[in-house]
Amino acid sequence: MSTALVSRRAQWADALLPPLVALGVALVVGDVLMLSFGQSPRVVWGVLLEGTWGNAYGAGQVLYKATTLTCTGLAVAVALRAGLFNIAAESQLAAGGFGAAMAGLLLPSGVPALLAVPFCIGAAMTAGAAVGAVPGVLKARTGANEVIVTICLNFVVLALLNWAVAEYLHVPDSLHTAPINAGRVARFADVNPAFRGSAANLSVGVALLAIGATWFGLFRTTGGYAMRAVGLSPSAAEYGGISLGGTWTRAMIWSGALAGLGGVNYVLGYKYYYEEGFGFGAGFLGIAVALVGRNHPVGVGIAALLFATLSQGGLAVNALVPKQMMDVLQAVVILAVVASVPEVRRIVAAAVPRAKGDG
Amino acid sequence: MSDLIFQWLRIAAPYLCAAAGGVLSERAGVIALTLEGYLLAGAFGAAMGALATGAPWLGVAAGVGAAMAVAALHATATLRFRADQVVTAVALNLLVDGGSTFLLRRAYDSSANSPRVEGFGSGGWLGSPVGYVALLMLPLVWWLLSRTAFGLRVRAVGEKPEAATASGISVARVRWLAVLGSGALAGLGGAYLALDQHKFSAGMTAGRGFIALAAVIFGRWDPLRTAGACLLFAAAETLQIRLQGTAALPSQFTEMIPYVLTIVALATLAGRAAAPAALGRNTP
Repeated sequence: MSTALVSRRAQWADALLPPLVALGVALVVGDVLMLSFGQSPRVVWGVLLEGTWGNAYGAGQVLYKATTLTCTGLAVAVALRAGLFNIAAESQLAAGGFGAAMAGLLLPSGVPALLAVPFCIGAAMTAGAAVGAVPGVLKARTGANEVIVTICLNFVVLALLNWAVAEYLHVPDSLHTAPINAGRVARFADVNPAFRGSAANLSVGVALLAIGATWFGLFRTTGGYAMRAVGLSPSAAEYGGISLGGTWTRAMIWSGALAGLGGVNYVLGYKYYYEEGFGFGAGFLGIAVALVGRNHPVGVGIAALLFATLSQGGLAVNALVPKQMMDVLQAVVILAVVASVPEVRRIVAAAVPRAKGDG
Repeated sequence: MSDLIFQWLRIAAPYLCAAAGGVLSERAGVIALTLEGYLLAGAFGAAMGALATGAPWLGVAAGVGAAMAVAALHATATLRFRADQVVTAVALNLLVDGGSTFLLRRAYDSSANSPRVEGFGSGGWLGSPVGYVALLMLPLVWWLLSRTAFGLRVRAVGEKPEAATASGISVARVRWLAVLGSGALAGLGGAYLALDQHKFSAGMTAGRGFIALAAVIFGRWDPLRTAGACLLFAAAETLQIRLQGTAALPSQFTEMIPYVLTIVALATLAGRAAAPAALGRNTP
């Protein structure tokens, strides 16, 4: 974040080279792991592609997973733009799903979707934002490190939700609530039978709207400018009249709301109830999605598709190689991106003075 | 009564080891978010090593070695490539979690449990001799940090790396050693866990690394206070197990205790002022 890159070409190289390097590394590591199981990489990658983008069901599953990952990825990206790590996307996602389910249970059945869906979405975002507000306010008021607060908060919030469901809200012999009365979102399968069995639903549109809104908010509003300024240089931003504490708080609330929005996908679009542990790992994977997407809303959408493909692809190839191979590959992608960013930046920065003349 | 105390110490042992690693790493300026991964790698290595050789001490060595290998990856990424410490840690935790299950399935065709590990048998009061070693790790780190030249360097590198460089200390080398030591200590805790439970199971550390990190922060980065925090958190867990079913407090609330205490400690002035000044900052 320290070196400003002037030329357009340098910015593109800085944004695109690390993910491309990471993909190359992941392909090689994947080949080695497949060979270690005595499988032909060509066959395994083929099965992976066939099981994800080769048919409507697989594509639907990828889109479903990408929807949640887009929301958590945007959440992490927004916070990172303001220079903050939000590691609580995991619990904000759960809180969002819980909020959506509570809203849907509160409404009487028969409320038209046009009213019920926005109400439930609002509840999901509010619940996520409430969790996000805690590290934001603590950082602003007391300077408490948001990384540690958000890690701890995950355990606290998940334990609280588990307690509420286990003690008061669950359907007997299950870990989930009763189904919502109103606010269901149509599945793809309702429109096109080819998607039968896949969880994909119109929440995909919500994720696309979130990408657009986040882009607009970050790059076309004063608040977004303040956040990016604080992220690039807190002291310079403060000198320019931007309140650090207020910006941190707003960024974490916005971030939490986006992660909470991800809960809509499962609760309103797939199962129609809140279940303990429904989003397991999607919040942490949001960190990877934001990183590979280079903290840009459009990049986040693309990275979410990539990670969703790996995750669904793992299930498709599980008979040939353990699906945990995809966890390893995801970790390799993160490591390769995070390790190559400073390196690429140094190389690009060194090349800039020479490129200036023809820039 | 003595039963209760031994149960308490057995629960505390992995925390004490991991937190000792956490103090060492964080006092050198490297965030110890990878403790969870080190613990899991230690448990996996110990189970595999003990199963392969039949010798429990070789298992312990394999566990320590596996965790040090993960620590070496962390050091390479953050010290050689200047990768962000937090993101690297998140990735490594994911890598160990997925990698251990992947290898487990490769070795024993199960993605949940290893075969039974005999280890040290019944192992006496603390489950295994490793338990007694575990109790000594935080005092050892205290001695290392406050009574040796290496400890002085570690603290210098964690507080003012520029000043350390100016006085001729290689920041990278000191941090390398601290991170490797951190991996070894936490790996020992993981080895204890696997040998005490007589198996490796997927994700068996279940957040213990994060509790250990919470103990480091709650103990204000001081080895002896951190030992106190570990014992406190372990006591809460012991009571929860003992009171199961009869407890007035639901188990979800006792699980929260370490994390709530840590947030409160961080939000009060004392917690903040104690953090190593260069924690999380990669030096150019």
